[in-house]
Amino acid sequence: MFAGPIQELVDELGRLPGVGPKSAQRIAFHLLEVPKEEALRLASSIAEVKERIRLCERCFNVSEGELCAICDDSRRDPTVLCIVEDPRDIVAVERTREFHGTYHVLGGALNPIEGVGPEQLRVRDLLERLADDRISEVILCTNPNLEGEATAMYLARLLGPLGIRITRIASGLPVGGDLEYADELTLGRALAGRREVSG
Amino acid sequence: MATFRDEGVVLRTIKLGEADRIVTFLTPEHGKVRAVAKGVRKAKSRLAGRLEPMTHVSMMCWKGRELDVVTQVEVVDHFRQVRLDLDRMPAAFTMLEAVDLLAVERQPMPGLFRALTGGLRTLCEDPSPALLGAFLFRVLAIEGVGPVVDSCAACGEDADLVSFDEHVGGFCCRSCRSGTAVAPETVVLARQVLGGQLRAALATPSSRATAELERLATAAVEYHLDRRLRSAHLAPGPG
Ligand SMILES: [Zn+2]
Ligand SMILES: [Zn+2]
Repeated sequence: MFAGPIQELVDELGRLPGVGPKSAQRIAFHLLEVPKEEALRLASSIAEVKERIRLCERCFNVSEGELCAICDDSRRDPTVLCIVEDPRDIVAVERTREFHGTYHVLGGALNPIEGVGPEQLRVRDLLERLADDRISEVILCTNPNLEGEATAMYLARLLGPLGIRITRIASGLPVGGDLEYADELTLGRALAGRREVSG
Repeated sequence: MATFRDEGVVLRTIKLGEADRIVTFLTPEHGKVRAVAKGVRKAKSRLAGRLEPMTHVSMMCWKGRELDVVTQVEVVDHFRQVRLDLDRMPAAFTMLEAVDLLAVERQPMPGLFRALTGGLRTLCEDPSPALLGAFLFRVLAIEGVGPVVDSCAACGEDADLVSFDEHVGGFCCRSCRSGTAVAPETVVLARQVLGGQLRAALATPSSRATAELERLATAAVEYHLDRRLRSAHLAPGPG
């Protein structure tokens, strides 16, 4: 135990994801040692983020205004909707520069063991958005793991009757990898999702 | 550092730090094992696809003080038919959750392990409406807290059993009845499940008895654990 304020800081830091008690101590003492301005810069950027950032009212991406920069961009194609688990996944998809539609953030994936069912995700909001008949394709871009696949299957079944095109991101081998090192599930999916090539 | 080998079924995983996961296995020799799998959240990880929940693996770990470390993994069974079928998943999730809550760390649990791999295998090959109920009752029996099915759990009389009460520990006769009223077929089904006639029980078509069996077994497991099985109340099917 340390003197009051230091222990409070250690406790707060220890609540952050991926920060154990030892790291919390190290960070706390680092903050004690750095110049005051530097430490306060961190404090004020935390405050600023909490003040200014909220969720986009349409897609639930992180946003500075009512609508996020993507929803607010008239060059984005509103007919194609990419469904992701988390705002960080939007960043990942945007980095590809391959997608020009808009997004919908579910806020997680189905995980019955953790008590996450459809009610805990933004499925109802998704259905409300799909009432807009401009949307013609939904891309299921959840993680290629058990929970993400279950979520994609669930949504495919739920949205099937709406008569829009529903696609799932392909899952396969990492570029630059070696076949012999691939695990069976990944290689199996890559085979199942094979496509025609023309030379 | 000491290493050990065992088989295991991945029950659940949670994120750890930047790219790692803590994977919880049920193993026959070491009971519940919690081990760190390094780098598995990176897209290029060779281990990631082998350490998904609901995978039966053969593995090697370093023994740690609190957490072990996974060093090698080979897949025995992915239970693919379950992964690809939304309708089979709720039962599988409930099996994994129940086993996770029942299993004890670092203590051999061969019976529970056999029940789990057998349950998931059956769910793949020949899913039966009685499977989940049978599985839950049988894991309770393996734990030594199976329900009384052959006589009244309250008075011990060999009379007609007409209700089930998990607080009393099984089925009850007409004069002791408490809990939930049950159909006679449900009593027969429960006796088959716990009396060595599992095959006959699993051949039972979907009926009031199979639905009741699942409900009663879920209630009995929840009573034993003193908590709800989240998966059992969250069917991930539309509607
Ligand atoms: Zn938006
Ligand atoms: Zn009685």
